Amino acid sequence: MMKQWQVAKRILPLLAVFSLLLSACGREDLSVMKPQGPVAQGQYDLMKLSIAIMIVVLIIVFAIAAYVLIRFRRRAGQNEMPEQVEGNFKLEVIWTAIPLLLVIVLAVPTVKTIFAQGEDLSNDKNAIQVKVTSHQYWWEFTYPQYDVTTAQDLIIPTGKKIAFELKTADVLHSFWVPSLAGKMDTNPDGTLNKFSFSAPNEGVYRGKCAELCGRSHAFMEFKVKAVSQESFDKWVNEMKAPAVLPEDTQLAEKFKTNCLSCHAVGDQGGPVAPNLTGIGGKQSVAGILLNQGEGQEDGNPVLDNMKEWLHDPQSVKPGNTMPNPKDLGLTDEEIDGIAEYLANYKLDYE
Amino acid sequence: MDWITTVDHKKIAVLYLIAGGFFFGIGGIEAILIRIQLMKPMNDFVSAQVFNELITMHGTTMIFLGVMPIIFALMNAVVPLQIGARDVAFPFVNALGFWTFLFGGLLLNLSWLMGGAPDAGWTSYTPLSGSEYSGTHGVDFYTIGLQIAGLGTLIGGINFLATIITMRAPGMSYMRMPMFTWTTFITSAIILFAFPAITVGLVLLTFDRILGANFFDVAGGGNPVLWQHIFWIFGHPEVYILILPAFGIISEVIPTFARKRLFGYSSMVFATILIAFLGFMVWAHHMFTTGLGTVANALFSISTMLIAVPTGIKIFNWLFTMWGGQIRFTAANLFAVGFVPTFVMGGVTGVMLASAPADFQFHDTYFVVAHFHYVIVGGLVLGLFSGLHYWWPKMFGRVLSETLGKWTFWTFMIGFQLTFFVQHFLGLMGMQRRIVTYLPNQDFDLLNLVSSVGAFLMGVGVIMFLVNIVITTRKPVDAPNDPWEDGRTLEWSIPSPPPEYNFKQTPLVRGIDAYWKEKMAGHTEMTPAEPVGSIHMPSATPLPFVMSVGIFIAGLGLMFSKDDFGNAFMNGLFNNYIVVIIGLLITFGAMALRSLYDDHGWHIEPEDQDEKGVRT
Repeated sequence: MMKQWQVAKRILPLLAVFSLLLSACGREDLSVMKPQGPVAQGQYDLMKLSIAIMIVVLIIVFAIAAYVLIRFRRRAGQNEMPEQVEGNFKLEVIWTAIPLLLVIVLAVPTVKTIFAQGEDLSNDKNAIQVKVTSHQYWWEFTYPQYDVTTAQDLIIPTGKKIAFELKTADVLHSFWVPSLAGKMDTNPDGTLNKFSFSAPNEGVYRGKCAELCGRSHAFMEFKVKAVSQESFDKWVNEMKAPAVLPEDTQLAEKFKTNCLSCHAVGDQGGPVAPNLTGIGGKQSVAGILLNQGEGQEDGNPVLDNMKEWLHDPQSVKPGNTMPNPKDLGLTDEEIDGIAEYLANYKLDYE
Repeated sequence: MDWITTVDHKKIAVLYLIAGGFFFGIGGIEAILIRIQLMKPMNDFVSAQVFNELITMHGTTMIFLGVMPIIFALMNAVVPLQIGARDVAFPFVNALGFWTFLFGGLLLNLSWLMGGAPDAGWTSYTPLSGSEYSGTHGVDFYTIGLQIAGLGTLIGGINFLATIITMRAPGMSYMRMPMFTWTTFITSAIILFAFPAITVGLVLLTFDRILGANFFDVAGGGNPVLWQHIFWIFGHPEVYILILPAFGIISEVIPTFARKRLFGYSSMVFATILIAFLGFMVWAHHMFTTGLGTVANALFSISTMLIAVPTGIKIFNWLFTMWGGQIRFTAANLFAVGFVPTFVMGGVTGVMLASAPADFQFHDTYFVVAHFHYVIVGGLVLGLFSGLHYWWPKMFGRVLSETLGKWTFWTFMIGFQLTFFVQHFLGLMGMQRRIVTYLPNQDFDLLNLVSSVGAFLMGVGVIMFLVNIVITTRKPVDAPNDPWEDGRTLEWSIPSPPPEYNFKQTPLVRGIDAYWKEKMAGHTEMTPAEPVGSIHMPSATPLPFVMSVGIFIAGLGLMFSKDDFGNAFMNGLFNNYIVVIIGLLITFGAMALRSLYDDHGWHIEPEDQDEKGVRT
C-alpha cells in the first residue's frame, strides 16, 4: 500500500497537468473527459491514473530511444566491430520488475472499481428501475415502478440511482451515455445485463448506440434528461394522463388507424413502435433530428423535423421499419396535419 | 504455368507477396473511401449500407488477405534459408496453402460484384450476421471465403512447425535459431491452436445461415454471446499471429544495422513464448461490456495487463541492442527504429484498455480504433516494410532504392501519426466506431479532417513504395550475397537470389548468428556439414491449384444452394447441391491422384550445381 502511495505521489503533478489538458476536450454533455456523474467520474479517475502511468513509460522509452539514436550513430571511418554484448541479467530483471510493479499499481484500483460499480441495484427500493429495450434503431425505456413507457428521451430525477436492466428486441446494441457512465451491451433474453448510474446535475446528456447494429447504427442516438424530483413526479403523472388526440376528428381517425396500430399515445395504441406521448417536447425527432431548444444551438424547429421525418423516414434513418406514411395512403396535407399535431403534443412538467 | 505448378518456397513467397500486396491495395482503397466519407459531418459520399460493407471488408481484407499473406511471404522466403534448409518440410502442401488462401480471398472479394459484400463488421457478431438481419449473400461470402482462406493459413502454419522442428542445419539448436525463425515457430503454434476455433465458428455460422441451424439463435435455444467467445478465442491470438513476426523482423534488422548481437536473446525467446501463452488467456477483454460479470472482468483485466511485462522486456532489449552499437539508418532500419516508439504507443493504450471499468468508456469508440491501428499498422505494417526493404535483395537479387525508401518511411510515418493519434481523442470525446457519419458541432469535425488528411498521406507513402519496386525491378540483378555487409544469419551466406536448392552443402552452425561468427573468424563462407552431392528436389505439380479451384467451386455452390435463379437448369444445378458435389469431386479427385501416383521428385547432380545467375 505504501509503495502504491509513493508512486501515486510522484505522478500526482503529472495527473494535474493531464486532467487540465484532457478536460479541454469535448462537450460537457458528451465527452468522457467531462464526467457529469459519479460512475463516469470513477471511470475517468481510472483513466487518468492509467494515462499518467503510461505517459511515464512513454517518456522513459522515448528518452532512451532518442539518446541511443543520437549517441550511437555509425560515424564515417568507424570500422572496428562494437563489443558483442550478450545481455545483462540485472538489467533484464529490472525491466521485468518495473512493468510488473506498474501493472499492480493499476490493477488494484481497477479491481476495486470493477466490484464497486458492479453492484446490483435491481432490488433497491430507493433506486429508479428502468428497463431499456433496444430496437433497430430506437430505444425504449420502461419504468416498472410507475407503469410508464417512453422512447428516445430517458427522463430521470437528479441524484437518484437509476438501476438499468438492458435487453434487445432484435440484434445486439450497446447503451452508452459517455458523460454519465460507460457502455453496456443489450443482449437478448437469457443474458440480460444490469448496471446503474446517477446524474447529480440537471441537464440533457447525449447517448449513443455503440455496437454496430445495421444501416442506421450511426443514427441510433438518444438523450438522457435529468430533472428535479418534482418535475420527474409531474412527468410521470402527465405520462399516465389520458391520451390527447388531434382535434380534427377526421385526422384523429386517420391517426388512430394508421399510426396507433404500432405507436402509442397515453393509454391508447400499441407497443411495437416508439411511444409518442408528449413527443413534441422531446429533444429530437427520431433521435437524430435535433429540435431547437436549450443547449441545441444547431437544432431545427420541431415541426420542421417532424415533417422531414414523416415525409420520408427512410432518408433520415435508412433501414428502419416504419412504413412511409405516403404508402399508407395519407395525403401530404394529412401528413402535415399529423406532424403539426405531434409537434404540439408537449407535456408540461418542467 | 511455371508459377501455377511451382512448389519452391522462394517462388511461393513471391506469389504470397503479389497476392497479399494486391489485397492490401484493395483494403487500402477501402480505408481511403472510409476516410473520405468521415472527412466532414453528415457527409453522403457513400450510403450507410455501402459504408458498413466497406468497414467490414477493410478489416477482413487487411487482416486475413493483406498482412497475413505478406507475413507468410517473408516466412517462406526467409525461414528455410535462416535454418539452412533446402525447402520447407512439405513443398506440395506449401503450394496448396497458397492457392487455398488465394481462392478464399478471391471468393470473399467477389462479393463486391455479386450482390453485396459482408456488412456485419469484421467480427460479424450474431444476430446481426444471421440471415434474418443480413439478408444478402454478403456474410455467406465472409464465412465461406474465410473458411477457405483460413485453410491455407492453417496448412502453412503446420508446415512451418514441421520445417523448423525437423530441418534445421546441424548445430542449430533451438537456442541458436535466429529470432525471426523463433517468432515464425511460435506464430505457427498459435495458428495451430487458434485457427481451429474460427474454423468451427465459421462452420456453425454457415450452418445457421445456409442450413437453418440455431447455434446462435435465441428463439431456437442458441446464444449469440457464444459467437463472441468463439470469435475472440481465435481473434485475440490472431493479434499475436500478426505482431510476433513483426517482433521477429525487428529483432533481425536492429542487430544487423547496429552491428551488435541481439541483447538478451534468451529473454527474447522467453518473452515470445510467454506472449503466445498469455494471448490465449485474455480473449474476454474484448467482451467487458458484454456482461460477463464482475469476477470475469476482474480476472481478464489482470491477465491482460500482464502482457505488458513480456512486451516491455522486448522493447528494452531492442533499445539496449542499439546501445553501444554503430547504427546505420538504412530504409529498413528507419522502419525498424520507427516501429519501437510507435508500437510502445499501441502497447500502453492496450494496458489502458485492460482496465475494465475504463474500458466501458473506451470500448467500441475511436480510442480502440486508434489503439489497434497503432498495433497493427504502427507495429506490423512498419515491421513488414522494414522486413521487405531488408530481405528484398535476398528475394529478388536487387537492392531497393534507399532514397525512395526513406521518402516512403517519412510520408508513411507522418501520415500514420496524423491519422491515428487524433483518433484517441475522438474516442474520448464520445465518437463511437463504425458510424457512417456524425452530427456537426460535437467537436468531431476538425479531428476527423486531420485524420483523413493523414490517411491520404499514408496512401502516398504506399504508392512511393510501389514506384520503388517498379524502378528496382528494371535494374540488373546484381545484389551481393550480403548486401548490408553486416548480415548475421545464414541467409546472407548464400547468393542473392538463392539458387533453387538454396544451399549447395548444408552449413555447419557453430553458434548464434552463425554467418557473422564465421565472418569474425575470417571465413567468407559457411563451413559445410556434408560433402557436395546429388540434391533431391520435389517435382512441380498443378494439383494444389486444381484442389483449390475445386474447393472454390464447392464454396460458391453451397452459398447459392437456396437461391432461385429464375431458370430451371441453374436451379436444378445449385438447389440439389450438384455444384457442391462437382467442386468436391475435383478436389478429392486431385487428392486421389496425388495419393495413388508416386512422384519421387528429381535430383540436381553436382555438375549442374553451378549457382547459375549468381555473381559475387
